[in-house]
Amino acid sequence: MSDIEQIPVSLTVNGKKVQRFVEPRTLLIHFLREELDLTGPHIGCETSHCGACTVDMNGMSVKSCTVFAVQANGAELTTIEGMANPDGTLSALQEGFRQMHGLQCGFCTPGMITRAHTLLKENPNPTEDEIRMGISGNLCRCTGYQNIVKAIQYAAAKLNGTDIQEAAE
Amino acid sequence: MIPGEFTYHRPSSVAEAVAILASHGDEARPLSGGHSLIPMMKLRMAAPEHLVDLGGIADLKGIAEDGDTITVGAMTTQHELIGSDLLGARLPIIRETSLLIADPQIRYLGTLGGNVANGDPGNDMPALMQCLNAAYVLTGPDGAREVAAREFYEAAYFTALAPDEILTAVKIPVPPTGHGYAYEKLKRKVGDYATAAAAVVLTLSGGSVSTCSVALTNVADTPLYAEEAGSILTGSTLDADTVKRAVAAAEAITDPASDGRGPAEYRIKMAGIMLERALARAADRARG
Repeated sequence: MSDIEQIPVSLTVNGKKVQRFVEPRTLLIHFLREELDLTGPHIGCETSHCGACTVDMNGMSVKSCTVFAVQANGAELTTIEGMANPDGTLSALQEGFRQMHGLQCGFCTPGMITRAHTLLKENPNPTEDEIRMGISGNLCRCTGYQNIVKAIQYAAAKLNGTDIQEAAE
Repeated sequence: MIPGEFTYHRPSSVAEAVAILASHGDEARPLSGGHSLIPMMKLRMAAPEHLVDLGGIADLKGIAEDGDTITVGAMTTQHELIGSDLLGARLPIIRETSLLIADPQIRYLGTLGGNVANGDPGNDMPALMQCLNAAYVLTGPDGAREVAAREFYEAAYFTALAPDEILTAVKIPVPPTGHGYAYEKLKRKVGDYATAAAAVVLTLSGGSVSTCSVALTNVADTPLYAEEAGSILTGSTLDADTVKRAVAAAEAITDPASDGRGPAEYRIKMAGIMLERALARAADRARG
């Protein structure tokens, strides 16, 4: 048995307050998936390259495989489970990913949408180049990114109340 | 990929953090953004018994100008460097460099202090800080001392930082208004370390170079301040012959490993090419 002291952490996840005792070495991704049963954030590469574990922490997109749960003490987190509109309908981004076929296997999608959510908050009207650089920390091995970019453009247009021009490829 | 066990400390002052480090010696490590240390801990290549999280120390954040010096707190993130209007106006090469580091998620957490203190020759900020002639403030049990970035790096992961010291701030002399600058980095993909990279800051006066500072990333086991290359260029009009001699002088001090980024001979030449491109871009900017 470990004699390392367990540390209390309390944080807000998708609007709900949670409190747990954790081993200091517990990574945030394991805390979310195993303690809170939030299995939307995925474990892909485990080396902070792929972005499948991306969640929003205090308005920052972070790779939860490279953050200790104790570092998130007091933070507000949003995962893919918290992305839908409060009435349960799809958010503009989720709708964009569906309309523009922004996913194929879907493994990267929780990280992509969570990352794009923060990107659009910081930059509500990004250029294609800004979108591509903005999601450069998220790898997709299916789509070639074309329709992911279009999905994010769809969401930006919808949120800005402008016309949606592109069609899915 | 789960790190070994450790005791977690979250001090709220530098003095408290230094005291914890001092009482545990080599068994303790400071944690800043964590994007170098946590991957190493997951691979069990680092296994500190005590982790001292600097995230709760408000004094380590922020960017302030005082006369001709800008002081950046060690826990200032790459994202904050990129977003700083002050740096954008006075030291725009920092923004240019930060944008070439890792990816957006990592830049939200990765810090300037962690980038320069870790001693990883792949990191970009150390050579930039050498180019800018920055000084690092190192705080230990006996107070603070300053070490020039050009004197700080001893070998890969070996620096002038003692185990009971924390790098608390970086002091950067502001180059004159109208200076030219460029950071050129060759990399294979977003998030990669440099195959080779070069930082240049120069000033022009009547078409010739008044001052010129050059440093190189990831082409030796430390960042390289290319003093001779800078001297060769100073006083010149950046004519092809002088540039060629400066590039040769810079290439001569490199000693890269052959690795996945290419054989040593290639990486040496790429260091030269990055310097040539950085010089051209810096001169263009200085000419306005």
